[in-house]
Amino acid sequence: MKTLLDKNQLNITLQRLAHQLVENHLNFNNTAIIGIQPRGILLSDRIAELVKGITGKNSIDYGQLDITFYRDDVHQGGIHLPQDTNINFSIEGKDIILVDDVLHTGRTIRAAMDALLAEGRPNSIELMVLIDRRFSRQLPIQPDYVGRTIDTIITQKVKVNWQEKDGLDEVVLID
Amino acid sequence: MSLSVKHLLGIKELQTQDIELIFRTADTFKQVLQRQIKKVPALRDTTVANIFFENSTRTRISFELAEKRLSADTINFAASGSSVSKGETLIDTVNNILAMKVDMVVMRHSASGAPWFLANHIDASIINAGDGTNEHPTQALLDAFSIRERLGDIKGKRITIIGDIMHSRVALSNIFCLKKLGAEVMVAGPPTLIPKHIQDLGVKVEYDVKKALEWAEVANVLRIQLERQHKPLFSTLREYALYYGINKSMLDSLNKEMVIMHPGPINRGVEINSDVADSKNSIILDQVENGVAIRMAVIYLLSGKGDLGE
Repeated sequence: MKTLLDKNQLNITLQRLAHQLVENHLNFNNTAIIGIQPRGILLSDRIAELVKGITGKNSIDYGQLDITFYRDDVHQGGIHLPQDTNINFSIEGKDIILVDDVLHTGRTIRAAMDALLAEGRPNSIELMVLIDRRFSRQLPIQPDYVGRTIDTIITQKVKVNWQEKDGLDEVVLID
Repeated sequence: MSLSVKHLLGIKELQTQDIELIFRTADTFKQVLQRQIKKVPALRDTTVANIFFENSTRTRISFELAEKRLSADTINFAASGSSVSKGETLIDTVNNILAMKVDMVVMRHSASGAPWFLANHIDASIINAGDGTNEHPTQALLDAFSIRERLGDIKGKRITIIGDIMHSRVALSNIFCLKKLGAEVMVAGPPTLIPKHIQDLGVKVEYDVKKALEWAEVANVLRIQLERQHKPLFSTLREYALYYGINKSMLDSLNKEMVIMHPGPINRGVEINSDVADSKNSIILDQVENGVAIRMAVIYLLSGKGDLGE
């Protein structure tokens, strides 16, 4: 097991990602952040808080998206249990930033785009990930905001741990 | 986590955690049904046969809608106008349908136990949509789901089932379901319509409907099933309505807010009056709405071929 980002590095990376978002979207008036269930929302929770701090806004449009029913492997090996989708605003015409922790094959993001489009027609969709496993892609999907790009082989696993859920902020590579 | 069963034949065979899993899954489908696009592509590779050997409006439409909202392909089969009238057996009928590559069968049958018989002979997953006077599991699930939605929880709640308990598969499935979820259950109605020894299922019995209403927080009023009564069990419908029918003045005299349910179809003016069925206490149409979400959850969870974990 190898540590890719420790607590401090992770914190700096999150700050940078949040600033990059604000750099591109300025006042967030027509922008919404949407985290992907289940583990993407731990990242998007943090990013949404940081963006609020940087922009000085009390609230921004922020939602959570469940993609279970849009997976392409819904019947392979077993049943995936759904989680809540909480999007309490219209995404119609909005600029959406999809947020997930690890970008691997790209299949999750494909499903997330389909799930999102079932909620309405956004103006644009961008993708933010904390870790990009760049040589593992199976679909033509690339992120717009990346915490760290890493080279891995398929048998390795990347785990992003969060204080709220796992008791510690860190990103590790498991062989 | 996944269901402990391959078929949904009866509530009796479900674990409490199965029921809770179905409810949690139905919660997410209810979110889907409130969107503009009320459809998900989850089961686009699944074909479901709806086989109804007995009449149905709500249940058949509800199942078909649930299947379509999941993007499953559906075929509908009604016994009238089919080869069943030429003498084809149940297994032959179903096997012929399955030979056309159907993954799941939703069946209603007038013979109690028919879905169990079928489950022993074919590979596809079977969902019981009502068998004779035995079980109607999806109705019980949607009833309990609707109570949970209105009252927050089922545990410890007092629920009375009123009317034709003897011929009601809804009553039996409801009793199993509510008991597993920790509710107190009382059946009420004329002695001729309450089976002997029903206390053995852990329910209270009351022959005075007024007393049952005073005790309960929720009343599930059942339809008088004249088509299943082969000998007279009460004198006239008017007499039944007089002694056992639920009306507004009776509810008003209780001085409390009750939740009123009915599985449909309603005999207005017999077991329940319009002034109750259409009142704000009634969740009859919520039951119908929740039926689609519950059936989507059941079909989705049974479509899996193993356990993936969380």
